Amino acid sequence: MQPFVKVTGVVAPLDRVNVDTDQIIPKQFLKAVVRTGLGKGLFFDWRKDPDFVLNRPRYREAKILVARANFGCGSSREHAPWALADFGFRAVIAPSFADIFRNNSLKNGFLPVILKEEEVEAIFQAIEHHEEAYELTIDLTTQTVSDSAGWSARFEIGEFQKKCLLEGLDDVALTLMHEKEIAAYEAAHPVPYRF
Amino acid sequence: MAAETLFDKIWKEHVVYQQPDGPALLYIDLHLVHEVTSPQAFEALRNAGRKVRSPDRTFSTLDHDVPTINQLGPIADPDARLQVEEMRKNCRDFGLRLFDLGSHEQGIVHVIGPQLGITQPGLTIVCGDSHTATHGALGALAFGIGTSEVEHVLGTQCLWQNKPKSFEVRIDGRLSPGVSSKDLILGIIGRIGIGGGTGTVIEYRGSAIEALSIEERLTLCNMSIEGGARAGMVAADQKTVDYLRGRRYVPTGKDFDRAAERWLRYRTDDGARFDRSVVFDGASFAPQVTWGTNPGMVTDVTGRVPDPASFADPVQRESAERALRYMALKPGTPMVEIPIDRVFIGSCTNSRLTDLKLAAETVRGRKVAKSVNAMVVPGSWQVKDEAEKLGIDKIFKEAGFEWREPGCSMCLAMNGDMLQPGERCASTSNRNFEGRQGAGGRTHLVSPAMAAAAAVAGHFVDIRDWARN
Ligand code: SF4
Repeated sequence: MQPFVKVTGVVAPLDRVNVDTDQIIPKQFLKAVVRTGLGKGLFFDWRKDPDFVLNRPRYREAKILVARANFGCGSSREHAPWALADFGFRAVIAPSFADIFRNNSLKNGFLPVILKEEEVEAIFQAIEHHEEAYELTIDLTTQTVSDSAGWSARFEIGEFQKKCLLEGLDDVALTLMHEKEIAAYEAAHPVPYRF
Repeated sequence: MAAETLFDKIWKEHVVYQQPDGPALLYIDLHLVHEVTSPQAFEALRNAGRKVRSPDRTFSTLDHDVPTINQLGPIADPDARLQVEEMRKNCRDFGLRLFDLGSHEQGIVHVIGPQLGITQPGLTIVCGDSHTATHGALGALAFGIGTSEVEHVLGTQCLWQNKPKSFEVRIDGRLSPGVSSKDLILGIIGRIGIGGGTGTVIEYRGSAIEALSIEERLTLCNMSIEGGARAGMVAADQKTVDYLRGRRYVPTGKDFDRAAERWLRYRTDDGARFDRSVVFDGASFAPQVTWGTNPGMVTDVTGRVPDPASFADPVQRESAERALRYMALKPGTPMVEIPIDRVFIGSCTNSRLTDLKLAAETVRGRKVAKSVNAMVVPGSWQVKDEAEKLGIDKIFKEAGFEWREPGCSMCLAMNGDMLQPGERCASTSNRNFEGRQGAGGRTHLVSPAMAAAAAVAGHFVDIRDWARN
């Protein structure tokens, strides 16, 4: 997995609640058998609107997305964080995330950052009041989001997840270090089926 | 011993290792696999030179992008064909059971699990699909995962998980006639909101839940994810035991008796505490119809399309305005006056025998309105065969419905069954997101009986009025 330590970049505002994964990457792109190249399908239907935020030139290089509550709800498709990452995003900031989307993101070195409603609102305001593209820095080591004018906010993340992200650890390899415990469990719990 | 919830019991039993101040490594008893969310997982496994750890706990099927007409013929869409081929190859290479097209076991993954008896009380069950919550109806802990986690379970039969909070949804009393478990779950989501269950596992309890059949409970638990919850569950009881007896993968004889005795222990102890609780009266639920672009945008069939101005929160108001624009609905329109073009009866929410029977009863001796195109897609070959034995297919066909072959079909419209832009559909599936059933399509979620009645009337009707006629 690609590690996540510190990212600085333009923030694109997606001022919507309950953005579901069917919107992030519609079904026709789920027929892929690889993880790459999904950026072209990101928000496919919404991008047909020339005024959609990601169609504006200033957000072409955006690295951070900011949205409203319950981002990533609905389908479990991991194609959602894959598509966001393939488009160039490294993180999404929102007041809350759907559980599966959040898990999927963390497995891909793509950071879902939970900030308070008022902090998210402050970011939307800052974007609106900036002539130029507004940039933020997300630092995972200090668990902070900050801008160059001195605004900053802190976010929470589990110690274990933080370590995996910072070091880009391979989950499966990590788990196989517990081979003994897994084997013991299996010995005590036979397969419950009749074949 | 302290009183425990059903969820606590299953969780505790499955912790293989607890990371201090971190997630638990949880053992997974059953892993269900389908063609859309697994290819990248197998690829990663192959690249790392790893095997599937427990093929006897892994079952695969093809459902998401399979044709519903002439399923055994060539698949026209090359991408879908490739995914189906990949699934077959992966199952061959890794030694996994595949319920392939043409086998009697094939069907929607969440329909076949309970039906084959691989879904059992007390198990941990995962699948790369958010509606895995369905299986919780039999007293299991079942939740959806992403592709990286699919890879992880294939390779290790375990998952790292932080323990979710427990959420009691208690429904007292009884449901009124004409109100199904689909109406109940839509009503619950309307009340708790689509993010209302985030970070929790719901246990549905109370007398109204105990009174539901297993198939009705499956519908209920299925849509837990639409309320944001990781999982939904109902305690095992005698109905669960009776449902499982004699199914394909369930033990027999003395082994069955022993298993049944164990299964019945999977229930919440008296006095156990939940992190959160809500209580509703079963009689307070009416048949539901969604009006917007998420499942929480729902109202009683006797209601009207809401006025966005009535939402106090500006973000919610904006979102309702957007939804009404997309749905091409005017505030104040009575739900029963909304005309429809299409009807879809199917999906892992409502494609079991009970659902088809109810819908068939509703249309028996009637005709689908001329302006409506209606289809029924049974959830599995077993459901299809049983329905045909009962003559249910004939009732539908005589009424003017298409009778298709099993698969996800127009629930997510990956297989070519889809709405045209602007078409309006009464659907028994679980998601009314923009474009879910086809770009520009407009979906209203309803119960099977409500969908069937709408097909005949050409618009929504209150099924309770029909029952009286
Ligand atoms: S029927 Fe729909 S919700 Fe159920 S598994 Fe298939 S696509 Fe997913």
